[in-house]
Amino acid sequence: MSALELHGVGFRYATRSALEDVSFNVPPGHFTALLGPNGAGKSTLIALLTRLYDLQQGDVSVYGCSLRQQPRLALRQLGVVFQQSTLDLDLSVEQNLRYHAALHGMPRKLTAARIDEELARQSLTERRRDKVRLLNGGHRRRVEIARALLHKPRLLLLDEASVGLDPASRLALNRHVRQLCRDEGLSVLWTTHLLDEVQADDDLLILDRGRLVAQGRAADLGGDDLAAAFERLTRREAA
Amino acid sequence: MSTPESAFGAASRLGPGAYWECLRGIVVREWLRFVQQRSRFLSALVRPLLWLLVFAAGFRAALGIAIIEPYDTYITYETYIVPGLACMILLFNGMQGSLSMVYDREMGSMRVLLTSPLPRGFLLCGKLLATALISLLQVYAFLAIAWFYGVQPPVAGLLAALPALLLVALLLSALGLLLSNGIRQLENFAGVMNFVIFPLFFLSSALYPLWKMREASEWLYWICALNPFSHAVELVRFALYERLNGLALAVCLGLTLVFAVLAVLSFNPQHAALRRAA
Repeated sequence: MSALELHGVGFRYATRSALEDVSFNVPPGHFTALLGPNGAGKSTLIALLTRLYDLQQGDVSVYGCSLRQQPRLALRQLGVVFQQSTLDLDLSVEQNLRYHAALHGMPRKLTAARIDEELARQSLTERRRDKVRLLNGGHRRRVEIARALLHKPRLLLLDEASVGLDPASRLALNRHVRQLCRDEGLSVLWTTHLLDEVQADDDLLILDRGRLVAQGRAADLGGDDLAAAFERLTRREAA
Repeated sequence: MSTPESAFGAASRLGPGAYWECLRGIVVREWLRFVQQRSRFLSALVRPLLWLLVFAAGFRAALGIAIIEPYDTYITYETYIVPGLACMILLFNGMQGSLSMVYDREMGSMRVLLTSPLPRGFLLCGKLLATALISLLQVYAFLAIAWFYGVQPPVAGLLAALPALLLVALLLSALGLLLSNGIRQLENFAGVMNFVIFPLFFLSSALYPLWKMREASEWLYWICALNPFSHAVELVRFALYERLNGLALAVCLGLTLVFAVLAVLSFNPQHAALRRAA
């Protein structure tokens, strides 16, 4: 069973189309990168996957649960890190995590154990009582990852999670998520517009102007030069 | 052996305990944010206090010499407008809270809320309830100051007003959410002030008794009498003096239910995004 399956997904804003007939699979336990220039439709896609927007065309399944038929079951299997930080800056790390656990209806005892576990894994145990405002960008992202994993989702969505981080933190975050994927068997969909976050072995999806223009193993798609392939695939027509 | 992990698998059903934890979590978060933002709390108190200490002082003799229900003696104007000002706090908070639920949602906290696997209607009502509970703290802080200023309803009345205030808070938040869902012009707070808050507040029994309005104009009287906010104010006014205003209660209960159902049904985060893109 695929971790995530999109079938003929289309979405229109009032006057323009944001996604057209997008279909792909994210295999379980893999790191899948969704690459696309700004405005390719990545954020719209994430908004559909997280049920901020309603599906207009096609369907999405998360581990076999259709967003149309069993949306709440689908959401339970999903952990999300949004592009813009969604943490309460004036609350502590732990308070933010508790809130998320409550939203998922987790019993308090289990919540406490899971928070200990996730904070230790993100090396944030020392910072648990600090206000999020005091944390740097890289650490805030880690809190968001800890939060996204609290309810033990099987699929982690990261929407341009590295935006706004300095190069070192960006690299560290990317490495960290890959490790989670390897160690925990977590399925990951990592959206980005930055080529250097994609590795040769990744499953790669390339989105451009609302269409999926390529999918496959990154090394197979790009050959020796992924950058050139990406540019070729997403080249804008001359005006 | 059953571990806590196995008790919370993705496949297990979310029972009543999950709903309780979720509601509790939403209220606790609202409380923590409230504690963090004390300056907002103080500034929310300034508005009704200005009305009470400045505006009402100037109108002290405005009521003339009538005794009106639920009061059993002559009252000062300050005493008269305290219930209306308490409801004004709820009106502002309800509108502000609901507006931010609709227009801030893409920015963060609403996105997090909406990824919860519990039903959306439950999440929205939980959020309305949490905002309402926090607003009550502001109302009681205001009533405490009014008490020291000399407006002293019976202590039992202050307790009896609690459920009335809670109902009014829910009514106004639900109305706010419904309006923000549906009306594009309400995207900013200035629009809400001009087209919702001021008309509801001024065309009600908050500042003047309805018989006074009738003396001025018959049609003005009828607008005020039909305004739901008048019923909200009267419900609270009567409760503060240990009386039950049955009509006001029925109107407030009924409208809260209707507004909440309509607000939940019409809540769709997509609308705001589509409008922006249009």
